Amino acid sequence: MRKRMQCKSNNHGKGGATMKNIIINTGNYSAAKAAVMAKPDVVAAYPITPQTTLVESIANYIASGEYKGEYICVESEHSAMSACIGASATGVRTFTATSSHGLLHMHEMLHWAALARLPVIMCNINRVIGPGWNIWADENDSISQRDTGWIQFYCSSNQEIFDTVIQAFKLGEHKDVALPVMINYNAFILSHTSMPAEIPSQKEIDDYLGKYQPLWRIDPENPVTFGNIIMPADYEKVRRAMQYAHENAKRLIPEIAQDWKKKFGRFNGNLIEKYRCEDAEVILLAMGAIAAESKVSIDNLRKEGYKIGLARVRTFRPFPAEEIVKLAKKTELIVIDRNISCGYEGALFTEVKSALYNKSDAKVSGFIAGLGGKDVTYNHIEDMCKKAIKGKLKETVWYGFEEVKK
Amino acid sequence: MSKKYNVVTSISYPKEGAMGKTGSWRVFKPIFSKDKCVKCLRCWIFCPEGAVKKNKDGSVSIDMDYCKGCGICANVCNVKAIIMEREEQQ
Amino acid sequence: MAIKDLPDTEYVLAGSAACPGCPATIGLRIVLKALGKNTVMIVPACCTAVIESVYPNTSFDIPVMNIAFEAAAAGASGVEAGLRMQGKKDTTVFAWAGDGGTYDIGIQALSGAIERQTNFIYICYNNQIYSNTGIQRSGATPLGAWTTTTVGGKTEVRKEMGDIIRAHHLPYAAQACISYPEDLYNKVKKAKSIKGPKYIEILAPCPPGWHFPMEKTVDMGVLAIETGAWALYEFENEKMIFNGKSKLLLEKKIEPKPVEEWIKYQGRFRHLFKPTRDEKTLKAIQDNTDIIWERYRKCYL
Repeated sequence: MRKRMQCKSNNHGKGGATMKNIIINTGNYSAAKAAVMAKPDVVAAYPITPQTTLVESIANYIASGEYKGEYICVESEHSAMSACIGASATGVRTFTATSSHGLLHMHEMLHWAALARLPVIMCNINRVIGPGWNIWADENDSISQRDTGWIQFYCSSNQEIFDTVIQAFKLGEHKDVALPVMINYNAFILSHTSMPAEIPSQKEIDDYLGKYQPLWRIDPENPVTFGNIIMPADYEKVRRAMQYAHENAKRLIPEIAQDWKKKFGRFNGNLIEKYRCEDAEVILLAMGAIAAESKVSIDNLRKEGYKIGLARVRTFRPFPAEEIVKLAKKTELIVIDRNISCGYEGALFTEVKSALYNKSDAKVSGFIAGLGGKDVTYNHIEDMCKKAIKGKLKETVWYGFEEVKK
Repeated sequence: MSKKYNVVTSISYPKEGAMGKTGSWRVFKPIFSKDKCVKCLRCWIFCPEGAVKKNKDGSVSIDMDYCKGCGICANVCNVKAIIMEREEQQ
Repeated sequence: MAIKDLPDTEYVLAGSAACPGCPATIGLRIVLKALGKNTVMIVPACCTAVIESVYPNTSFDIPVMNIAFEAAAAGASGVEAGLRMQGKKDTTVFAWAGDGGTYDIGIQALSGAIERQTNFIYICYNNQIYSNTGIQRSGATPLGAWTTTTVGGKTEVRKEMGDIIRAHHLPYAAQACISYPEDLYNKVKKAKSIKGPKYIEILAPCPPGWHFPMEKTVDMGVLAIETGAWALYEFENEKMIFNGKSKLLLEKKIEPKPVEEWIKYQGRFRHLFKPTRDEKTLKAIQDNTDIIWERYRKCYL
């Protein structure tokens, strides 16, 4: 068992009714804790750095008897997702976790889960894709799964990881959604860094999630065939239904976030988390750990007199296009991507510009930063923002490479 | 009848004749002579389509709606109680 | 058990998309008679994914979960766990995969599921080719056989999947053939009664894939056994027991027919006979069969 610190704090002073359970531990531990508190019946997972401590935690919860689910120790990530699909198809709650090459190995089955409308919940620890081997933070793994039909969250704190894993079960299992959900967070920066996270009681989680009610199931009492040959016109309806489900998710994610705030007193943002955007003339858009780091930069830039805010994109799919259009009414935008779609540009940069097309002519600048796990500090982010504000940047800029001429 | 699920994905429900009346695929048709039949049921168990039906008396009848005319039943019959004849030209 | 004693119940409904003379539906009818209603089938990409027929209809009257080509055993692991966690412990979970999905692309998931002691039956219906994609070579294709990807005849011998399976020390494994329905039925019944991973492989002679007339499906299976090109056996508690004519062949109580008696009816071997006899390859095919049986005798007699 990883070293775990627990402390009880009482926010209401002496005699207060609510004792808060705050743990100080890693992002992976927060994810594992949330996963077992959601009580999935079946977990199927395969180890990959830096996901390992997450699945080890789950194995420890099983060994200690705290968690009573079945952990299938499969022989590959492809089988992990296949086993989750099989289990989910019988109508039970499922969870898995992976990273980088593991996610890529699942690719075929990611599509399968989404097309089957099975709410498999998965943590993906964003890690570099080889070769050469590199285990640090980079979002190209999950960005390259953009079109699989999965809902994608990007977290920026261990608390948000915990909250989002629980919320993901609520969202994915919602009858208007019925889609798998991927909770992404950066390798090591979050997966292996200890931070405090407040953990609700098991009863609160039980009450919040309720029992999973599947829309369909493999049931010996009701013989149906899932996934046989389907002709073009019917197949198109299946895809269209998935698109509607994403649109429903777009409506439900803010509802779930607001409900969570009411029940548990915490708010991580809706589809995007806005930070000091009220009077902003420039808004920075980023995801994951870079977005978390950006809050420091925004504070510093504000002190220097820049009217700048941050819009942290929490969901890459469904994409918060309408919110971004609203933001761009009076502001110019700066986008930082920890990914690159080679041959074009950073994925978030593309999506943001696409959202604005025909709706806004706001200036948008794009940076590629932190690939391969290269450190991106608040100083770098401030520097990027200043360059974007002062300069006339039109194309993607590779931050830190200015000295290299094309 | 299986209960219908209210979800748009590729879920299919059991149906005899899912591909229609597959008897129309036939080029040769089986002719069964009940008097020759020794009720060994080899034709029944080896029919790929389940089109050879087992009767209560242990003999068989052939569901011509679905028989695809492969001729296995005639071929496995040790007493030639089933023979294959070309279907009449339509 | 005689043929007349096999259950009447049919879970493969007439009017499916199977080819006339299909061995897969013969096998599946028998398998499902043995497994009964409380059964879930997992099907990877293979002919059966087509035989099921077209959405929104299915020709199978049991629950079926289609899964990707390499994922049958992993999907079955998940289905088994999901049902067990709901207390549905009596439901039989079985994967039904072709030889491509078993010998080749699915072997990793299969090995993993057996090693994990998954409580399921994995059945491979083996027609020695990728037939659904139009007759390409698989690891199960025998030496000398034409396929669309071994145009001059396959130059390698087939895998001995049974050996690979037995190396997992699973509680039950068997080889059967669609031409011996009582034997197949009994093996499936026995597998159903045993907890843990079970593997059954069924030889399934394919008329369009092997190029023989569609009424000869059963004959091709019988000849495979009589020539020793295929063997009927059970592997239980680490012991091999050969069945029927395969037992007599093993004990040399009957002489095997020459393998040529099996292959000469199959168009996929025609290039070995016409325009001239390819004595070298024909001998190699016979030698390979003899080697397999000599090894059986050394190990299991």
